Amino acid sequence: MASLKELRARIGSIKSTRKITSAMKMVAAAKLRRAQASAEAARPYAAAMRRMLAELAGAAKGEEGGPRLLAGTGRDQIHLLIPITSDRGLCGGFNANVHRLTQQTIRRLQSEGKTVKLLPVGRRAQNYFSREYSDLIIDKVSGVSGKDVPFSAASDLGNKINALLESGEIDVCTLVYNKFRNAMTQVPACQQLVPLVMDDAATAATAPEAAGDVAQYEFEPDEATLLAMLLPKNLQVQIYASLLETAAGENGARMTAMDNATRNAGRSIDSLSKVYNRTRQTNITNELIEIISGAQAV
Amino acid sequence: MPIQVEIISPEKVLVSREVDMVVMPGAEGDIAAMPDHAPMMLLLRGGVVSLYENDTVTDRFFVGGGFADMTATRCTILADKAEPVSAISIDNATAQLEALTEAWDKADKSDMSRLDVLQDKILAVRAEIEAGSSHSA
Repeated sequence: MASLKELRARIGSIKSTRKITSAMKMVAAAKLRRAQASAEAARPYAAAMRRMLAELAGAAKGEEGGPRLLAGTGRDQIHLLIPITSDRGLCGGFNANVHRLTQQTIRRLQSEGKTVKLLPVGRRAQNYFSREYSDLIIDKVSGVSGKDVPFSAASDLGNKINALLESGEIDVCTLVYNKFRNAMTQVPACQQLVPLVMDDAATAATAPEAAGDVAQYEFEPDEATLLAMLLPKNLQVQIYASLLETAAGENGARMTAMDNATRNAGRSIDSLSKVYNRTRQTNITNELIEIISGAQAV
Repeated sequence: MPIQVEIISPEKVLVSREVDMVVMPGAEGDIAAMPDHAPMMLLLRGGVVSLYENDTVTDRFFVGGGFADMTATRCTILADKAEPVSAISIDNATAQLEALTEAWDKADKSDMSRLDVLQDKILAVRAEIEAGSSHSA
């Protein structure tokens, strides 16, 4: 059985751990609120962008050889996966979920005979994938998650993807990131960026409006030029949205993880205190017995 | 009859209200959005968007390029970068212009697409400086 002194030290150290985890929880909660607000503020732009794109893509559909961002390269051989994680750990299974999904996808694609390339975003993903798939990594980005995410981070990434696509180094590009459902739950998901998939919700939202608009849209300059400008922008916006969701999700996950840690620390302090008190009582009883039996012997 | 105008940058919505007319810098010349305008989508260059109410300019915003989507009742401007003209920092813009001019000098003169991008950026920053100085003057 541990001595009283050892027990005291252990209780003390768990108490200070509890202080740290509960402070981290507070910080994460404050950051979460900010991250959520900026994710919400970015939503109208993405929505308007989708609406315009749906309209334009419809108008430009008849033309031959659409831009690569929309139609892809026509092949399906080289896949680029972009796992997006946080830069820091201590947020439960948040990053591990992305890692696992990415790994599954890599295995599936490789078993189908496809070539896979990786572009990890966030330090956690970099560390993880440079251990196992260092030969697949073509580039890496970090320092974008955590606090405020600048749009320039997303546009740099978008430009990189665009350049790779234009030079024919990749055919398909997919994001793997945590979709933010609420502060408690984040769901890892794959989102294909290239070739562009028009999600049904967006198409459905524009459909009734398009039907109501009897007049045809005019485009200035022509559809193709506009589409060529709009598509890279849309890519950036989608990446930006996923970066924001990751930032919000990271803080949500950390909040939950730290809440659990704080609770566990409290529980273990309780049980250790019980052991401590019992040991103390036993010691006192032992001393009393010694004194009494000593007195009786005299 | 007013028209609903929205100026949206990637980070947030700057304006969303009803005005009488919106004049914006189209890539091929300035264009005004008024009620019952034919639906139109256009590319914007860097410049100033002016909101008109009762024939007077009530608000001016600088946009650094982007897109506009007009219909009979609304006008949505998706700007790469947007701020009220009164918030323009001329010092910042001048620094940017210097950096861009340097990039232009160093750029490979045979790479036309790169030059095009640079030129658009330089023109946008110049427009920003102009807008900012006309406001403070």
